[in-house]
Amino acid sequence: MNRKCGIFSKILIVVLIITSLLVGCKSGGTKPPKEEATVSIPKDKTAIVEEIKQAEKIFNALPSPLESAMLIKSADAKFDQSLLNPIGNANNYVTIKSMALNLGIYTCDLSFASLYEQTQLIIDYMNAAKKMADGLGILKAIEQSQIDKLEENINNSEVIMEIVSETFMNSNSYLADNGQPAIAAMVLVGGWFEGLYISTQLVDMKDFNGNKLVGRIIDQKLSIDILINLLESNKGNPAVDDLLVQVRKLKVVFDKISITTSKIRPEYNKTSNTTILKSEIKTDMTPEVFKELATTVSDIRKTFVNN
Amino acid sequence: MRIRRIIPILALIIAVTTLNVDAQCKAFAKKVCIPELGAYTHDGNYHAAILVEGEEAELYKTFYSDMDYRVAICGEDKLPEVEFSVLDANKNVLYSNKDANYARTWDFKLQSSQQLKIVVKVNSLNKPNETPASGCVAIMFGFKIKK
Repeated sequence: MNRKCGIFSKILIVVLIITSLLVGCKSGGTKPPKEEATVSIPKDKTAIVEEIKQAEKIFNALPSPLESAMLIKSADAKFDQSLLNPIGNANNYVTIKSMALNLGIYTCDLSFASLYEQTQLIIDYMNAAKKMADGLGILKAIEQSQIDKLEENINNSEVIMEIVSETFMNSNSYLADNGQPAIAAMVLVGGWFEGLYISTQLVDMKDFNGNKLVGRIIDQKLSIDILINLLESNKGNPAVDDLLVQVRKLKVVFDKISITTSKIRPEYNKTSNTTILKSEIKTDMTPEVFKELATTVSDIRKTFVNN
Repeated sequence: MRIRRIIPILALIIAVTTLNVDAQCKAFAKKVCIPELGAYTHDGNYHAAILVEGEEAELYKTFYSDMDYRVAICGEDKLPEVEFSVLDANKNVLYSNKDANYARTWDFKLQSSQQLKIVVKVNSLNKPNETPASGCVAIMFGFKIKK
């Protein structure tokens, strides 16, 4: 009896140690606490990258699918259903990688349809996203009650946005809290690419100069290093490693775009209780580089949706 | 003999507690931090971690021009004050909630899109003989929907 109890204790202690290690490693880049944070002025990009690697708990926050769709809408772009990933494709996604990427893609399409009040598409794309979340084993990400609520409030854009935001948070928090940060990263990558794909396809080359949407596309250069860091923190996962190769190809094209900004000057507006971060930006992207970017994004996105 | 019986029970309790901590963090983010966004629509992203007093976390994000943003950074009640600063790429501090009585939210907009860094730090109570407090800290972003 004593021997059995001893063996049981040892097994439980091993389980405890393994559990603690797994939980401790979840946040991506978590390191033991350091005594005191040091702040230094980075001299160049390499210094910034090194500093990112050294920090304790790091969040590389890509725009969510909802934010990506909002950026397209705020650039006064038109809605084009033909650019969305057809919901019929949902049955083709059976691997974890394809379901994760397409959960992000369908959530971006859902957000896009919601912002443009495409009532029937909203339900269809919510169901497609649910199929991906269910396939990934994400419990209670999108419940039937939420779809019913969506149907009941189909003409209430505020409620729709709340549901889209809530269901997406249910998915990514489940993945983060259950030790699946690589899948959570792939979902975000899918959503980000979809937003970029739709944007690049909506640009009218006759109206290239001064086009707001082109400005939004250039802005995505600011997120490419965040995207790479997010994937690198999950390196070793074969699906993530493949994505890293694709994203690095895209970075080569983004590197042909120049962005220079002046110093940021915060100005507080007492009336609106808002701070305005004032700065001037100069960007340069030729139509040729834009075409190369659009082709690269489209080619990568094809590998995500034609799985 | 008694110790041998206690160890497995303790191990089990600690294992279950550890696994539940993250789930509690999600519930905290949902119930406490998202409501702080008020009229701003939550972007749907989830950034939360268990921090010990004195510990720091960093977040890198691109913010876009002409969008109205609110950031809400919330720590559980058992934690000391949670301090946060927003820095540009050259480490210039653009905002610190220390100057606003450790406010949980900050509303801002940008004239041009920028990648910013948010540094979150749980202040230390400096009580050497006590176990440092730990708890969930959530970072949530909201924006205003343009119609």
